Amino acid sequence: MTTPEQFYQRDWSIHPPAYSPGYKTSVARSPSYSKISLDNSVGELTGPVFGHSDIDTGDNDLLTNFAQPGQSPIGERIILHGRVLDENARPVPNTLVEIWQANAGGRYRHKKDTYLAPIDPNFGGCGRTITDETGAFAFRTVKPGAYPWRNYVNNWRPAHIHMSVFGSGFAQRLITQCYFQGDPLIPICPIVQTIPDPDAIEQLTATLDLNATIPLDSVAYKFDIVLRGRRSTLFENRLEGN
Amino acid sequence: MPQSLHYMKETASQTAGPYVHIGLAPKAAGFDIYKRELGWDIAGPNAKGERIRIEGSVIDGMGAPIKDALLELWQANSEGNYAHPQGGAGVEEGFRGWGRVITDFTTGVWSVETIKPGTTMDSRGKPQAPHITLWLVARGINVGLNTRLYFSDEAEANAADTVLNMIEWENRRATLIAQRSLRDSKPVYRFDIRLQGEAETVFFDI
Ligand SMILES: [Fe+3]
Repeated sequence: MTTPEQFYQRDWSIHPPAYSPGYKTSVARSPSYSKISLDNSVGELTGPVFGHSDIDTGDNDLLTNFAQPGQSPIGERIILHGRVLDENARPVPNTLVEIWQANAGGRYRHKKDTYLAPIDPNFGGCGRTITDETGAFAFRTVKPGAYPWRNYVNNWRPAHIHMSVFGSGFAQRLITQCYFQGDPLIPICPIVQTIPDPDAIEQLTATLDLNATIPLDSVAYKFDIVLRGRRSTLFENRLEGN
Repeated sequence: MPQSLHYMKETASQTAGPYVHIGLAPKAAGFDIYKRELGWDIAGPNAKGERIRIEGSVIDGMGAPIKDALLELWQANSEGNYAHPQGGAGVEEGFRGWGRVITDFTTGVWSVETIKPGTTMDSRGKPQAPHITLWLVARGINVGLNTRLYFSDEAEANAADTVLNMIEWENRRATLIAQRSLRDSKPVYRFDIRLQGEAETVFFDI
């Protein structure tokens, strides 16, 4: 057995700090002490393996996975597609991607969401898929609506899709949100603004991809996800003391 | 300008938000959509080793339990092997070693049934005390938090563990040790995670 290679140290300058007072809930939920940095051991370098027996083929089609037969959800029909890559720009194949979102009116199918926009009887709001050998994934859904939330009195979330990705090692585990090109709510959202680096925010913004649309059916957006990369062994390194 | 290195930047993390259940545990959100939800069976029926229950809560800086958190666990089997092609010498049929659990909307308590993991090796080939790798997300948590759960009945192995010993503040090591007790003669471990305050749990940059 060969041990998997270590991950590159995480670049914390592109991630939101735990304590982000503009996002009020973070104040009481942010650790105060520095994290302790660990060498990756096998428990961080490996992670769960998923296969096609874990999911069903229609799980990535939010237009149909909760709709009554012959019905479909209300809203702008979109394809969200992209690739999961690592920092070395290599594809991450066979990895689980899970998404969840509000419906076209900005309402979540969740017993804790009480927003006055209606539930769509034909829309569940979640999907999942496994990337192919090129790291590619695709979902069909409706574009989610913006919604208000309690932070400051007049805060609105830009349209967004929550995304969860695994990678090949547990240290790559990531949850993020995908925003949409041109949304005027992006620069004034306190959750987006927890991210200190403007380029990192651009990287969370899906681009209109006219070439991937289905004419007369669905418009497409492209969203790539980059997970941490692994070191490659250029020279065998004998650790001190070993 | 010298040459470009052509590395890509990791995608930035964003909070899982209050409705994480829809995507990762839809039954808890209140609807049935997938034939199989993932992560509820960690060990499977054939796993050797001691069957245990772990329960705990996640407590915020005000001392209140968080009722919208989601945790994932990643652990070796009782012989120290992970269910991964490079995770060791193989595992029992049906052993996954990965679990996903939410804190209860009313009580804030989470619990899992699994087996106690065995000894694993660190990056330098030294034995590590039995432990479970934990990852925690919730509304208000911007980047998922990583920690480890060790076992109170492994005092000797814990005392020799490189990671525990790396924590300079000896009193903080105790925040990573789940406390064993017996309930109806079954072992139950209690593991509370404190995000902030006096007994803040140790979190790792892994
Ligand atoms: Fe949301």
